[in-house]
Amino acid sequence: MAMTMFEKIWESHEVRENLIYIDLHLVHEVTSPQAFEGLRMSGRALRRPDKTVATADHNVPTDGTPAANLIADALSRKQVELLEANAREFGVPVFSLGSDSQGIVHVIGPELGLTQPGMTIVCGDSHTSTHGAFGALAFGIGTSEVEHVMATQTLVQKRPKTMRIDYQGTLAPGVTSKDLILATIGRLGTAGMNGHAVEYAGEAIRALTMEQRMTICNMTIEGGGKAGMIAPDDTTFEYMRGRPGVPEDFDVKVEEWRQLVTDEGASFDDEVEIDASALSPMVTWGTTPGMVVQVTDSVPDPAVMESPVEREAAERALAYMGLSPGTPMTEIRPERVFIGSCTNSRISDLREAASAIQGRSVHPEVRAMVVPGSAKVKSQAEEEGLDEIFQSAGFEWRGAGCSMCLGMNPDILMEGERCASTSNRNFEGRQGKGGRTHLMSPTMATAAAIEGHFVDIREWE
Amino acid sequence: MEPIDVIEGDVTFLDRSDVDTDQIIPKQFLKRVERTGFGEFLFYDWIKDGEIELSPNPILVAGPNFGSGSSREHAVWALQQFGFDCVIAPSFSDIFYSNCTKNGFLPIVLPEEECRQVAGAGEARIELDNQTVACDGGKFLFQIDGEIKRRLLGGLDDIALTLAELDSIERFEDGPGGTRGPVTTAVD
Repeated sequence: MAMTMFEKIWESHEVRENLIYIDLHLVHEVTSPQAFEGLRMSGRALRRPDKTVATADHNVPTDGTPAANLIADALSRKQVELLEANAREFGVPVFSLGSDSQGIVHVIGPELGLTQPGMTIVCGDSHTSTHGAFGALAFGIGTSEVEHVMATQTLVQKRPKTMRIDYQGTLAPGVTSKDLILATIGRLGTAGMNGHAVEYAGEAIRALTMEQRMTICNMTIEGGGKAGMIAPDDTTFEYMRGRPGVPEDFDVKVEEWRQLVTDEGASFDDEVEIDASALSPMVTWGTTPGMVVQVTDSVPDPAVMESPVEREAAERALAYMGLSPGTPMTEIRPERVFIGSCTNSRISDLREAASAIQGRSVHPEVRAMVVPGSAKVKSQAEEEGLDEIFQSAGFEWRGAGCSMCLGMNPDILMEGERCASTSNRNFEGRQGKGGRTHLMSPTMATAAAIEGHFVDIREWE
Repeated sequence: MEPIDVIEGDVTFLDRSDVDTDQIIPKQFLKRVERTGFGEFLFYDWIKDGEIELSPNPILVAGPNFGSGSSREHAVWALQQFGFDCVIAPSFSDIFYSNCTKNGFLPIVLPEEECRQVAGAGEARIELDNQTVACDGGKFLFQIDGEIKRRLLGGLDDIALTLAELDSIERFEDGPGGTRGPVTTAVD
């Protein structure tokens, strides 16, 4: 019978119905302490340290602090030090602050070749869906489930439904994979993919690089999806080749991985079609990623919204964001710009941002920072001279971490500050209490930093 | 976790949609390394700014897509430690729903109209075994996965149940299933 990629991976991981085996467990400092403590309290071992890896990312300062014991914030220091101690105690490899391989957990997995097609991958972090870009089944879990995976290397899971989103045509110049996923969430809503493993397919997806594909799968959770997936192909295999964690018999495995793709005629619970060639650069205006418009549009008017729930939410969002209906998006002026996060902090994101600068400088009323996703991305960028380009234009060049995506470290917005951000969530207070976040692509954020207002990158000289 | 049977009492209504876990428990409180001490920080910014007032009743009713965003289980711990025993909403995010069931905190999906009736009634009686929510406006049936229900009713420990099947896990690992993925301890 014709099967979807999801079904092939799911069924090959069933220990029994609703109990699936986990091939890789990624661990970070914020959602793991209670799970490690649970193991200790019940006298249980961590069953497969060789299928587990830890890194410090959420809490770490990006100011060059070289080691956990030097973190200024006492609570963050304690959490990162505890991660290191727990990893030692339970035999888990850990890339903590100061390690050459440290970085955002969803950046280092693919970077080290740990993320491979056909695997099940979990992490106590909702953006675990990122890894699905390699044709893996990857999803975020809570701390109780983290402990369950640590103790058993399995998860009790009900099989999700399946959805395929088919993108016809290819993206126009200036339109990126960030715009594609923002437009998708805008169309389907923040709960539009709830309960589904989503396969992104079609000509537009096949044309993307791996890092662009990761941006799409990363934001699946913002549409409520359980997991986002993309069929592995030559682009996938070439990206993986030579990375430290890949199998020794790589070419043999490649032939197996090719079999993972959805069979012709396989059926999905839901199918959506989107014309990728008609998409424009997107910018969010509100406090969910679904509150998004084309950069050429204006801030929407809640008064014309039909559903009372939607209207009320939009009114509250505009009050929080300090915006008036009808204001053209290109007239909105950010005081801050953040290029980083597990959505857009990989080397190609930084290359795109740097190449958009063209000798110009950050607007005098804007403070802009670039935060590489990992220590390796940082050193690669420095080898290519990108740090010079950013710094001479007036961008701050920081160390690796989650940084201002979630404000658990010193990189935060002040009350009322407006930020053009390449991250994934524009929730109230996400980047700092009272902070106002507008999500967009790295090139759009770069242009906003230089012009001091949002710009349509397609028209930008 | 504590078994759930009947939940009865007053209702608190949070009439908002897309309430994300960043609002339920803001990030500055995620630096705790214990499972306790989160109740007083529930909806910290909204309550501090006087946007909402919440009474710690047994039943919370909320709008659609409750618990979206971050996977932080701290959100469930905070709701529970504040005093709620269950939450009723038209829909939940997947991870939040799952996190609830791992903590003996009952998530109930009811259509929006029925949620409003429960909120309007001000008090209700929930029977997990019968899958009913009864209030002045009527008696509503809700759906819940049979296995999740069994575990909630019994207050069963997921990990202990799975470890009782260790033989099957070991058999799986001895087969082709055990060979997938990298050896993390060999990567540097």
